[in-house]
Amino acid sequence: MKNLPVTSYLTGIYLFFYIPIIVLVAYSFNDAQYSLVWHGFSMRWYHELFQDGDLWIAVMHSLVLGVAAATIAMCVGGLAAISLFRYQFFGKRLLNGLIFILILSPDIVMGISLLILFSLLQVTLGFWSLLLAHITFCIPFVVVTVNSRIVSFDQYIFEAAKDLGATDTIILSRIILPLLWPALFAGWLMSFTLSIDDVIISYFVAGPDFEILPLKIYSMVRLGVKPEINALCTVMFCLTLLLILISQFALRKKP
Amino acid sequence: MKHHDRGLKHFSLSVIWLWLIVFALLPFCLVTLASFASHDDTHLLKLPLTLANYWQLNNAIYVKIFKQSFYIAGTCTLICLLLGYPFAYAIARMKHRFKGLLILFIIIPFWTSSLIRTYSMITMLKPKGIISSALMWSGIISKPLPLLFTDTAVMIGLVYNLLPFMVLPLLTNIERLDNRLIDAARDLGANRITTFRKIILPLTMPGILSGCILVFLPAMTIFYIPDLLGGSKSILLGNLIQNQFLIAQNWPLGSAISVVFTLLLAILLLIYWRSTRDKENRDLL
Repeated sequence: MKNLPVTSYLTGIYLFFYIPIIVLVAYSFNDAQYSLVWHGFSMRWYHELFQDGDLWIAVMHSLVLGVAAATIAMCVGGLAAISLFRYQFFGKRLLNGLIFILILSPDIVMGISLLILFSLLQVTLGFWSLLLAHITFCIPFVVVTVNSRIVSFDQYIFEAAKDLGATDTIILSRIILPLLWPALFAGWLMSFTLSIDDVIISYFVAGPDFEILPLKIYSMVRLGVKPEINALCTVMFCLTLLLILISQFALRKKP
Repeated sequence: MKHHDRGLKHFSLSVIWLWLIVFALLPFCLVTLASFASHDDTHLLKLPLTLANYWQLNNAIYVKIFKQSFYIAGTCTLICLLLGYPFAYAIARMKHRFKGLLILFIIIPFWTSSLIRTYSMITMLKPKGIISSALMWSGIISKPLPLLFTDTAVMIGLVYNLLPFMVLPLLTNIERLDNRLIDAARDLGANRITTFRKIILPLTMPGILSGCILVFLPAMTIFYIPDLLGGSKSILLGNLIQNQFLIAQNWPLGSAISVVFTLLLAILLLIYWRSTRDKENRDLL
């Protein structure tokens, strides 16, 4: 049993990761308002969630925002990654550096800087400010995801295509996109996940007329633990889990 | 045909440059500018430009928050490294058929909403929560343990949230470690400790550094963790900046704090950059 200490250490860390989430999920099915004691299985908190109209509006807002932000970030980030891979141009290192800095720059600094930008440009805080902010923080993640796939491409394919007279547009639509779609799709899913989970940046650029889910959860959570929040967080967790599984599947290297 | 070629290249490059200049570079310049601005009751930002905001930072309260933030983030990074390194090492060297699944189980918390994970910690740490009840049931303590709203709770919350950010870069780095180097060291008579110190540690240093950066940066700014788990006393830089912008409405001061904070981070990143300059791969990306 040489591996016993290692196994128990690994188990301990995994328990640390998962016990709080499992407890959260379990309590969302507990038929009691305040008690921590198990009072039997109940779907009552999920029923209450379905009746909360404001919550549904926030969910719809978040979904629309997430889909729009992820789609635009996928296009812009995908084009950026392809350009960085295929072309030599002035300022290439600067562009690489800028994307790198954007990933590392703390959310809060990005949040306040966009808030200042929007208030100077007199953009009303709401859907548009949130959309522009979300696209901005998703782009670098798409670039990195797409880049990790594109570097494994065989350069000779492009040479061959060019020799046979293909234009850049044809190379993009006939060669790059068919090979790259799993990475683009994974980038889209990651962007969507980032968008529906973001608290810090949205906190600064959201307006009162456009409530979104993470900020709604934050304001609910600040008032304390409630079984409805457990149910809501469980739903969110399952949704994220599904998206992660799909994106990991899409990114899996073919044997 | 040549003309067509350049069209796509120019289109792609203009889109990405335009986006990054308008929504990344320009806003950062604006924050720097705002940090020199003044403000009054009717204007969030106004002229004249002044250094007063930076002078104000010299105040003992702000210096204390800066120090405290660095201390909390530093401690959190250290705990994550000590917990995460052996963990990542064990998984990376594993030849088990469930290895892929185990890695997936680290990726899941990495991508799950950190707000939800923070919230799940409240249930654990409440005076009548799981930890307290379990300790009382086992007879270790006799009355409920007040964990929530303490500095310990903030630290537990930070480590819980950020540990995956330490483990994942370490994992990719350790997986790339060449087994032959370790075998060679052992063949040449190095014991386990020497092998670790002279071979494994230097080779995994890029992973350690990127893990530390990915933990340290957010640890100073996730304002909702102290907000939800800590008492009002424990205040991080993130809380201070948020406060200046949304409650005190002092944007110039908030900007000055952010600028100083960003500069300190830039110095840290520069150290990282130089220390990995010779390495082929930077694991951060």
